[in-house]
Amino acid sequence: MSLRVKQKLRDGVIQGLIYLTVLLVSLIFFWLLFDLVHGGAAHLSWEFLTESPTDAGRAGGIASILVSTVLILLVAMVASVPLAWSTAVLLAELVPAESTFGRIVRFSLYVLAGVPSIVFGLFGHAFFSIYLELGFSILSGGLTLACMLLPILTSTAEAGLRAVPDTYRLSAAALGLSRTAALTHLILPAAAPTLAAGLLIGIGRALAETAALLFTSGYVDRMPGSLLDSGRALALHIFDLSMNVPGGDSPAYASSLVLVSLLLCINILSMKLAYGLQRKKIMT
Amino acid sequence: MNDDPNAFTLGPLEAGPPCCEPQPVIQVRNLSLRYNTQAALDNVSLDIFKGCITALIGPSGCGKTSFLSAINRMTDLIPGCSIDGRILVDSQNIHHPQCDVQALRRRIGMVFQKPTPFPLSIRRNIALPLNEHGITQKTEVAAITETVLRDVGLWNEVCDRLDVSALSLSGGQQQRLCIARALALNPEILLMDEPCSALDPMASGIVEDLICSLQGRYTIVIVTHNLAQARRIANYAAFFWVRGHAGHLVEFGRCRHIFESPRDELTAAYVNGARG
Repeated sequence: MSLRVKQKLRDGVIQGLIYLTVLLVSLIFFWLLFDLVHGGAAHLSWEFLTESPTDAGRAGGIASILVSTVLILLVAMVASVPLAWSTAVLLAELVPAESTFGRIVRFSLYVLAGVPSIVFGLFGHAFFSIYLELGFSILSGGLTLACMLLPILTSTAEAGLRAVPDTYRLSAAALGLSRTAALTHLILPAAAPTLAAGLLIGIGRALAETAALLFTSGYVDRMPGSLLDSGRALALHIFDLSMNVPGGDSPAYASSLVLVSLLLCINILSMKLAYGLQRKKIMT
Repeated sequence: MNDDPNAFTLGPLEAGPPCCEPQPVIQVRNLSLRYNTQAALDNVSLDIFKGCITALIGPSGCGKTSFLSAINRMTDLIPGCSIDGRILVDSQNIHHPQCDVQALRRRIGMVFQKPTPFPLSIRRNIALPLNEHGITQKTEVAAITETVLRDVGLWNEVCDRLDVSALSLSGGQQQRLCIARALALNPEILLMDEPCSALDPMASGIVEDLICSLQGRYTIVIVTHNLAQARRIANYAAFFWVRGHAGHLVEFGRCRHIFESPRDELTAAYVNGARG
């Protein structure tokens, strides 16, 4: 066998292996999706989305669960996004990258990012539910999630701000623009896609969270009347149906399908949002 | 003041023909500049004259750009940069605690080596700094936009597409937009840091002609590595050289004198291409 033929054969084998891995990865995703659709589509209907669960979730729908999930998510976002983004602005724009203060903040965020969610759950239970007397409530769950999201939101936002070229800052300063003006008109819009991406990752994480909510927002499946009511999140509902409710498999499948579709929608929406924001800034 | 061997304040005869009386608008006195412990400029003193083009020439790393950015206090933004000595603009010390840096930078515009348009529309690139300095009336902003774009010869090229992204312009057009953006704030002084070096020869020529046309209306300080360009456009030239590790001002004078009858041997060697 000549050298050329050998080389061609080797290239072919390696290429084949790479294609195989790619195929395998996508196969896992599509298998999962197929499984969800196969097991859940039959149970999914308009009524499933608009009715409250009965018989421990075996019958009825997930309306109250969806409302609770959205409320928990809203509380988490309202509490964490302003904190995280202002911390990111502080770290990226106001303090020098190598300063002791910046290092300490960054280090604590690293540690926070590595903490398992069940620990956040226990902390939230001890601090928000018991110490602040919020009990098992949507508020307490949302605030616990907010603590969990802080490191992700802050580090993605900081990375996004740092990726904005320094020339914008320099030429803005050379034109006598204030720091605030440079930040609001140039740097934040330029970083908007990364901010949106970070937000998306955060929402995804929050939507899928189970352990941190178990001890904080509780698992009451009634329609919540206020933020101080307990509310069951969608991921927790799936957990409960598949673990504790015999015969709850098909509503669990259907709920999972809803959760995955929701994640997909948020994904697409936030990408569109980031794109539109960038366009708008250019056009006006 | 002429007793100080480092002070390049010219006598009236040396400074210009008798028909005009050169007025120093920027007076730099004993300026030393350090980045942390590394000295970049050592004891530089010179005058920049009103309405004239002053070229800063010399090899890389001799502190020309540091000198330029000290004039509008862009050096404030560089961590670890410290300054000794005085810079007077219209007899006002720019490092005085009461000096308003934003107002100073409005009076002293700056153009960078690489074009730095904002990722906004052409119109917004000029309107944003105007709005920030309190000029918000739409008709006024539009009028200024048209004037400065005409000044830099860009109006006819972009008047029908003011709302497209400035990043879609060519390099030379972007650089002219940046000059227009600086002019829109109606500065007295323009600092230019090698404004042509990132452009192709055609675009470079257009920008050079533009700079020449601004002479008289604005005081211009330009850093350039292109000696022929300095010779073509400048009224005054300042020659910097690295001694030790810090930049020194070797010679300053009328451009013609620097290029044709320099006093210092080093200057002669540099402008004749024997050194540097």
